[in-house]
Amino acid sequence: MLLNETTLPDPAFALVPWVVLIPVIGILVNLLLGRRFNEKLVGLVASLAAGGSFVVSVLLAVALTHHPEGYTHTVFTWMAIDKLVVNWAFRVDTLSSVMMLVVSGVSTLIHIYAIGYMHSDVRHNGEPSRFRRFFVFLNLFVAAMMLLVSADNYLMLFVGWEGVGLCSYLLIGFWFEKGKDGLGNAKAGKKAFIVNRIGDFGLLIALFVMFFAFKSFDFETVFEAAPSIATAMPWVLVMMTLFMLLGVTGKSAQIPLYVWLPDAMAGPTPVSALIHAATMVTAGVYLVARSAPLYELVPLAQNIVTWVGALTAIFAATIAVGQNDIKKLLAYSTISQLGFMVAAVGMGAFVAGIFHLVTHAFFKALLFLAAGSVILGMEHGAEHGSHGHGSEDPQDMRNMGGLRKQMPVTFWVYLLGALALAGVAPLAGFFSKDEILTAASSFNPAVFVLLILAAFLTAFYMGRQVLMVFFGGPRTNSAKHAVESPAVVTIPLVILAVLSVLGGGLNLPGIHTLGHWLEHTFHTAEEAHFVWAIAGGSLAIALLGIFIAWLIYGRKPQAKAEAMDPLATRLGGVYTGMANKWWVDELYQAVIIRPLEKFADFLTHPVDLGVIDGIGNGLGSLTQALSAWWGRFQTGYVRTYAFTILVGAVAVLGYVAYLALR
Amino acid sequence: MPLFYYLAVSVVLFTIGAAGVAMRRNALVTFMSLEMMYNAANLAFVAFAYYYQTLSGQLFVFFVMTVAAAEVAVGLALMVAIFRTKHSINVDQLSSLKG
Repeated sequence: MLLNETTLPDPAFALVPWVVLIPVIGILVNLLLGRRFNEKLVGLVASLAAGGSFVVSVLLAVALTHHPEGYTHTVFTWMAIDKLVVNWAFRVDTLSSVMMLVVSGVSTLIHIYAIGYMHSDVRHNGEPSRFRRFFVFLNLFVAAMMLLVSADNYLMLFVGWEGVGLCSYLLIGFWFEKGKDGLGNAKAGKKAFIVNRIGDFGLLIALFVMFFAFKSFDFETVFEAAPSIATAMPWVLVMMTLFMLLGVTGKSAQIPLYVWLPDAMAGPTPVSALIHAATMVTAGVYLVARSAPLYELVPLAQNIVTWVGALTAIFAATIAVGQNDIKKLLAYSTISQLGFMVAAVGMGAFVAGIFHLVTHAFFKALLFLAAGSVILGMEHGAEHGSHGHGSEDPQDMRNMGGLRKQMPVTFWVYLLGALALAGVAPLAGFFSKDEILTAASSFNPAVFVLLILAAFLTAFYMGRQVLMVFFGGPRTNSAKHAVESPAVVTIPLVILAVLSVLGGGLNLPGIHTLGHWLEHTFHTAEEAHFVWAIAGGSLAIALLGIFIAWLIYGRKPQAKAEAMDPLATRLGGVYTGMANKWWVDELYQAVIIRPLEKFADFLTHPVDLGVIDGIGNGLGSLTQALSAWWGRFQTGYVRTYAFTILVGAVAVLGYVAYLALR
Repeated sequence: MPLFYYLAVSVVLFTIGAAGVAMRRNALVTFMSLEMMYNAANLAFVAFAYYYQTLSGQLFVFFVMTVAAAEVAVGLALMVAIFRTKHSINVDQLSSLKG
């Protein structure tokens, strides 16, 4: 490791490669030695690896408080081709530090939770030997994600970007032989990978354009050259920012590429919490925030990003209202909240976007983990309560009800998470969402209205979920016999609940700790002011949403699992649309996938089997026919040969004589 | 006598020999026709050697005679072998290499 003592402002900065290396060590230990370990030791090693990464992140953050200008730590040169030099260089600044803290912190808690969760899950699915594999994948994810957020150039970021995509695929398909028809989970993984690939393709094109115009991938070089390029070749920045946006829509599940995220819930619940709610899906938000100097030069791209985010926020929120699967609902809620963040960074409200990213990581991880705890309880109830007819779906909220009595700890943390997500003061979500709404109100009234509507729907569907799951009476035997989860599961929940309650304190109005912290990275300090009307309005909207949810679902709870949703009778066709996800999957199937399959079929049968194979087989038959034709001249009669030789000799000699006598 | 006469006889001999090789089915007759073609060539060699007053043509004739003798020895041996298996020396029956 190269250590340049003269330019190192704080010795702690030299530790930065270890945020990636410690999880890598965790992988190696579990991979090479884990066969002999028992479950506790495997989980401990993996959790220590994630925790070690968190400790290093904290040390870096402490060092940053003294030297907020940050530091770039070059480990070695990756490639040097003519003018292009790409280094393995880690960047410590206030933005990457926030991301590192969130990623490694939430990861650590989820690793601990997963020890308890996977202990039951591998037994429920009848394959205890996969316990170790899960933690190896989880550590691999942490390593890739830390690489993504600590990279100092776009190419290194891209390595992490692809790495987290790979881990997402591996973990969605963790129970690859399970799911619908024994293929459902594998298909979900494939869908996530292919949809992400479309987005990654966009990011890759953006990188090619960047290489063409800047001849460098380093953040500093690109950002410094950006203003002059913007005047010389404006199309370069427009292309770069828009293709980057395609990457963002893939990774951060925005319209039109969000369809993979709900299916990704096929993965085990800790995966849903870590990768598909708290960290990986926010990589797109981070990318836009990191590329802030580029986006600020292209107002067109900023507008498009904002609209994509706002439309996703409202669209996904309507779908969430119609979902009955406890995790699917949270997945659509995640898409909607990511829409809020993308809209925020699109508007240039980078601090608000990152603030919401952090608080969302807390409360959405909490909600997913608590949902996992509910599922564990339901599975337990199904195994012990119902004799013979244990076919009730443990994730279907219609099968739950009244769980607050059986699972009190889970209930309270879930309630806190739901209130934080709904934006009830003074929980974390209230402050971060309020900042985004304030920024939207001065950006564009239409976007503001969309986001307010999305916030209302958020409060409504979270109210619906909590009432359906925890209130009323148990609707099935599984719910009646559900039991509270063990401490290894509930303790991380309680920690996350505390963070969800206090997370708003990171950037309280008037103090703006996070805003001042991030000022060193986003040099344009934004005026984050607190507007009482908007804050009060958004709180009123949230409470109204919860109240309406109570009117519909709380006053007269459903008694039977088979009963129709009360909203269906009131909204009719609209509810059918929401429950069927507005048929977007079917639309993509008909408009994109079916024609592509037809095209592939065309390429297979007429083109490959017809033309390409035809050329090969045709050449073969031509040779055969030719040789058969020539073969007729070999009669086997010596006299014919002799005569042929004679004729040939006469012909040659005749020609020579003709040349000589001419 | 002018050179032309010798050459004319040589050409006639050679043509008869070639026609015999191409047309006769009996292997013995084919051999005899071949011998006739050799001797047509020999006649031309000797005629030219006399005309140009050099020895090399005359020498070549000895070589041709020697080689022809060797060839006839091998050829007759082959023919005996073929006759033992096929009970015939008709060359048209030796067509197993037909393509």
